[in-house]
Parts: sequence; structure tokens; C-alpha cells
Amino acid sequence: MRKFLQAGAALLVLALYGCGGTGVDFIIVNATEPQSLDPHLVEGVPEHRINMALFEGLMANDPRTAEPIPGIAESYTVSEDGTVYTFKLRDAVWSDGVPITAETVVKSWLRILNPETASPYAWFPAAFIKGAQDYLDGKAGPENVAIRAIDAKTFEMTLVGPLPYVLGALTHYAFGIVPIHAIEKYGKDWIKPENFVGNGPFVLKEWIPQESIVVAKNPRYWDAANVYLNSIKFLPTEDENSAYTMFIKGEVDWITSVPVDLIVEARKRPDYHNSAMLGTYYYIFNNERKPLKDVRVRQALARAINRAELTEKVTQSGQIPAFTMVPPMSGYPGAKKFTESVEEARKLLAEAGYPDGKGFPKLTLLFNTSENHKKIAEYIQQQWKVNLGIEVELTNQEWKTYLETRDRGEFDIARAGWVGDYQDPNTFLDMFLIGGGGNDGKYANTEFDRRINDAAKMRPGPERFKVLEEAENLFIYQDMGVMPIYFYAVNNMIDTSKWDGWYPNVMDFHPWKGIRRK
Amino acid sequence: MIRCNVLAYVLRRIVGMVPTLFIIVTLSFFIIRLAPGSPFSSERNLPPSVIANLEKKVHLDEPLPLQYLRYLGDVLRGDLGYSTKHVDFTINEFIARALPVSMTLGALALVLALSVGITVGVVSALKRNSLMDHSLMALAILGISVPMFVIGPLLQLLFSVHLGWLPTAGWLSSRAGGLTLILPVLTLAVTDFAYIARLTRTSVLEVLRSDYIRTARAKGLSQRAIIWKHTLRGAMLPVVSFLGPAFANIVTGSVVVESIFDIPGMGRFFVNSALNRDYFMIMATVIVYAVILVIANLIADLVYAALDPRVVYE
Repeated sequence: MRKFLQAGAALLVLALYGCGGTGVDFIIVNATEPQSLDPHLVEGVPEHRINMALFEGLMANDPRTAEPIPGIAESYTVSEDGTVYTFKLRDAVWSDGVPITAETVVKSWLRILNPETASPYAWFPAAFIKGAQDYLDGKAGPENVAIRAIDAKTFEMTLVGPLPYVLGALTHYAFGIVPIHAIEKYGKDWIKPENFVGNGPFVLKEWIPQESIVVAKNPRYWDAANVYLNSIKFLPTEDENSAYTMFIKGEVDWITSVPVDLIVEARKRPDYHNSAMLGTYYYIFNNERKPLKDVRVRQALARAINRAELTEKVTQSGQIPAFTMVPPMSGYPGAKKFTESVEEARKLLAEAGYPDGKGFPKLTLLFNTSENHKKIAEYIQQQWKVNLGIEVELTNQEWKTYLETRDRGEFDIARAGWVGDYQDPNTFLDMFLIGGGGNDGKYANTEFDRRINDAAKMRPGPERFKVLEEAENLFIYQDMGVMPIYFYAVNNMIDTSKWDGWYPNVMDFHPWKGIRRK
Repeated sequence: MIRCNVLAYVLRRIVGMVPTLFIIVTLSFFIIRLAPGSPFSSERNLPPSVIANLEKKVHLDEPLPLQYLRYLGDVLRGDLGYSTKHVDFTINEFIARALPVSMTLGALALVLALSVGITVGVVSALKRNSLMDHSLMALAILGISVPMFVIGPLLQLLFSVHLGWLPTAGWLSSRAGGLTLILPVLTLAVTDFAYIARLTRTSVLEVLRSDYIRTARAKGLSQRAIIWKHTLRGAMLPVVSFLGPAFANIVTGSVVVESIFDIPGMGRFFVNSALNRDYFMIMATVIVYAVILVIANLIADLVYAALDPRVVYE
């Protein structure tokens, strides 16, 4: 009997320890299971992190600044009017050895624009390339899309205007270059580990849905000499607290967020990295409803809250109070900032016919269900009550319901957030054009529209920024079309005394290529 | 003769499941479409052309009755379709991977909850109103009232962070191997353990007061024979009724436990698919859950009948 028990115990120990051992160089908690690994079928940030390991576009990102640097393209030239770009491709090959040609780029971009691909991010290249929107809408054939292969290594594209931020956009997965030859061979399954072909610093090695994705160094990558990690594992761990515990215990090397309750603790650690991010948290005013129709009311509401106190005491994660729509951005001087002043806010409200908030209707403030949004809404509710004497009612809805309500314009004030797709003020402004995709508050000012449209036709430089600045002044300083609250910050945890090549930046892009153990 | 009855009964029950499942599938199919939003709504409203392309791909552009018939046909062929959120695998592939994970976890937790729960219940009942009884029942109350999202992180904190004995999270094939099972199984078992212990205690006490036990005592049977042969058999009936739904619940995965311990099981699909309006994934989770529930109930009924001679198959 005793022997039997011993054998049983030994078996148990074996079973428990048996399948351990991982042998990967680097583990990242990537927060969720990706929608797909196909660059043309995704739209999220976790997907982007994986994409940066597996694929490379014409342009890549500088690890320090996230600015565009040559990727598969070696160099480029721009026509006089800024609309025609000609790229010289380097001698790069796919992970199966097939050369990457200009024809591959053409076919790749036509794939994402093809209505049958049904890509959620197809609107992005369609907004840049001449003729692309018509193809995406099914109004014209692929032959009208202004991209072509001049020879095997020369690719040319014509834009709808001199959009100066296009190079940054080219690093995006929506402009991804994909192995057409493998897709033709394997169909939908080309993205599975056994068939996978890529052109990034890593190739897909193992993919267990909901469990982990492992990528291994791609020896055929054109810059393989500068790839230091042999393998990376992406975990889809959703629970932030567990991720944090795993990081503290050294079970993982990088986590991309910190639970709000643990921020104070995390901030004391040297492996905590807080950086400003290209994103704005704001409230949408329903510009068509009374009393928000009145610009004085919008001004009063926006100026009556204390953003510094909100970010320091409530959100606590390094956010920066926002008095403009566009976050600080290199080269862009920035629009005029409005000032917070309870006194002036009260005066404006009185002028609008509501002295001390008397007679002000009870408005509702809509946000999507989340502890963080709730805390912020409660703080602002309190400030408006104390400072202006007005009441707002808080309503929270589950994400998709909230989106639907916002889309239909069935709200007074609604919480919103926007993260820039590229480093240019335009990505924060053009959605507020009349009829724009993110303009749920129905902000309408033809002067604003004129400037945004003018800027789209201008060459890069200070003059164009001046026009965008004027547009933003109209939008926020003058009209208070929406109410900026803060600029986002990201909280990464990675021990940079152990890992080299990882730098905080405003896009929160961290190319895998240069990361190495010190 | 009896066996024949059982077989006929089981067959009848299985046939009876078909309309039940059909009604569940039909109701769910139409109810989920009533929820505001769509699988493709997002913060930046996609251009109508893109939405149209996306919808066309999964036939959401067709009239609803036609979609329903198409879906019913697919399900009958055993094809649960594609998720609108995770597009590289079929739902069948997802479930084929996730269900065994949840089942392993659930079965282990249930075995643990049953063995410990019944033991504790019986001991409590036999020593009723003793210090032991009170402390065990206090423990059970604690187990019922403290939610898993508190127990899980507490266990992590103790065994992983402070003692360093066990890994924080993960699943079998990755990192620490089988050791990753321990904390989630414990967490998952706590609630059911507490219910089973309390249920067992109550029903053991009740049975002990019944006439046939008094008769057994009067016949001079030993305490052991009374407990094992006569009491437990009767006292297990409420526990068995509880086990049917409990089994279905536990093997289809716990959202909380799977999320805390990063386990690639079914639990996450339940919540995430609903939040994402991932229509076909929602349907798949409903179908899986419904099938397991009706089967578990059938098994519970059979066990019940085996334990209780008064039950006849009709």
C-alpha cells in the first residue's frame, strides 16, 4: 500500500511539473486575444503589437520617437506638388525566400481595399490614395486606384492631396504588405503557424487561441543582424491585476497597463514608465439641443471644472489637463488654450439666462460603463453643482449600447476619447467636419470646415499648421464644440535596466527589432 | 424489465430535449438581435460601404428570417459558423479547444467540492451544535458569501506573491505546467463546496430524524451501518438535484476564474461575445450550455432514481 501511494505521489509530482519549461526570450501581456493576425482584418492596439513583430510596411517606426523611418522601402521621392510618392524598395524577401516586389505592394493594397476583403480599417488607405474610395465603395474597379509598380523595385502612389502625414500612416497595418503568393495558395489559413509567411523581424511559430502566441526570429528579415530576441510570447491575459502580479513576480517582462488602484504603488517602482500619449479624453456636447446650443453654456461648463485636481486626485495616472483638442505634437504650435475660471463661467451662465444655475434644465451625462469613467463623471457632476449650481444626471450604458446612443445623438453630454492614427493635428480635427464620422454632437461651423479642407491641400510646414491652428481655435477656444478634459497617458511596466531598445513615446509604438537584454 | 424501463425513459428524455433545444436556439437567435448596436459598431463610425462589406461577409445583410433558416441549417450540420470578432478560427475550432479546458477545470473543482463538501456536511450533522459544527458551517457561509473575484486574487497574493509556491496565472501547456491548475481549481470549488456542505448537513439531520433510521437503530444496527448504508443514501438526494445545474455551470467555465487566472476556457466567450455583439459566438455559447445542462439534468435524474427506490420511470 505504501509503495502504491509513493508511486502515486511521484506520478502526481511528474504530472504537475511535467509540462513546464517555456524557453522564450521575452513575454508580454498583450491584454486580449487578437481579432486576427492578418494585417488587413484588424483594428486594435494589441493586434498592432503583434503586427510589428510579424510584418513591415514601406515605412517602419523609429523606436525612440515613433517617427516614420524606411522599412521595406529604402528611400522615396516626392513630386513638386506633394501628391506623388515614388518608393525604391530594398532587396527584401518573405520568410519563405520569395522576393518582395513593387507588384506585391500593389496587390496588397488592392486586397485591403477590395470590398470583398471587408476590412474594418480599409477606410484609412481609402482616405489617402486617389481612386481608392471609389474602389472600396464598389463604384469603380481596382484599375482606378492610383498605385502602380514602375519596375520590380519601384513603387508609385498618388494621393488625393499633398497629405504630409502620409509617411507616418504608411507604418500602419492598414497599409500592410502581405504575401499574396501564400494567400493565393492557402486561402484564409495562410495566417496559421504551419503556413505562415511574413516579412517582419519575427515569424509566427505557435498560436493557441486564448492561450498564447509565440513568434521566433526571422533569419531572412533584411535587417536580421539587428534583431536580438530569439522569441517572444504574447499572452492574452485580460485581468489587469493578475498581469500586474505576474510582472512583479518576474513571470512576464512587459505589461502595457496598470490597474488604477495600484498606480500609486507602481509609480514608486523604477520599472514603471508613464508617458503622454497622442490621445484626448473629452465630453461631447449635443450642439443641437437646448441649452447646449448656446455657446455661452458650453463655455461655462468647460471652464467651471478643475482639470488639474481631476488628473491628480481622481485619475492619478499621469494624464495631462487638456485645454485644446490636439495633444502636444512636434512642430505644431498648438491652439489657444481656454482658461478655467469659476467666476467667468458663472458670468457666462448668467448671460445665457441661468444666473446661479436657476432654471437650468437637468441634463444627462452619458458614459460607457467603467469604474474610471464613473469616477470622472462624478467629479465633474460635483464641480458643476458646486461651481455653477446646476444638476446633471449620470447615465452609464454598456459599450455597444452607448455607441448606438451616441451615434443616434440621443444624449445631452457624452463621454468620448480619441487616439490619433498618426502624428498630425488633422487626425483630431477632421472628424468634426459637418457630417464627419466622429461628430456625434453635430458641431457645425463652415469656417472650421473650410480651414480643414484647405489644410488638406497644403504642403507640410508652418503655414499649414497655422491654418489647422486657426481651425482648432474656432473649434475649441471660440465655439467649445466639445469639452477637452485630459490628454491620455500610458502606463507601461518594463525593466529598462534589464532590457535595452525600449523607449516611451507619444504613439506608444515599441518596435521589437532593437529590444535586447543588457 | 427495470433496465428496459430505464432505456425507454432515457430515450424519451433525449427525444424531449430536441424541442427544448430548438426553442432555446430560436428565442436566443431573435433576442440577441434586439440588443442595441451591432458587431461592427465602433467609436469611429465606419463608412457605410465598409459596414455593408462586413455584413455581407457573414450574411447579416439578408432578411432576419432567412438568416435564421440559414443558421439553423448550419447548426444541424454541426457548423457553428465564424465569430465576427476573432476571424481566423471557426467557432467549432474555438470550442473544441476551450471546452475541454473548462471541463477539466470544472470537473476537478466539482470532485473537490463534492468530496470535501460531503465530508464536512456529514461531520457537522453528526456533531451538531458542537464547536466543530459551528466553525465548519461558519466556513461554509464564508465560502458562499465571499465572491470568487475576492478569493482568487487573495489566493494569488498568498501562494504566488508571498509564499512563491505557485504560479500566478496561466494554463497547463504554458509556463509552470500542472501547478497552474491548483489555484483556479481551489477558487472554483469554494462556492460549490459551501453549498454542498450545508445541503448535506441539513439533509443528513433530516434523515437521521426519520422513521426508518429509528427502526434501524431499534434493530440494533451499528452507527457505521446506519450512517453509510441508510442515512447517506437518502441524504444525498438533494445534493444530486443540486449537482445537475451545478455541473453544467462549472464545466462551461467561470468568467471570473478564467479571467483572473488567464485560462483559455469557455467562460470568457460568454461575456465577451455578448459585449461584442458577436452574434454567432453568443449562439454557440448558448447552445453548448443548453446541451450540457439538459444532459446533466438527465444524469442527475437517473442517479436520483437509482438512490431513491420510490422513484419510478414514467
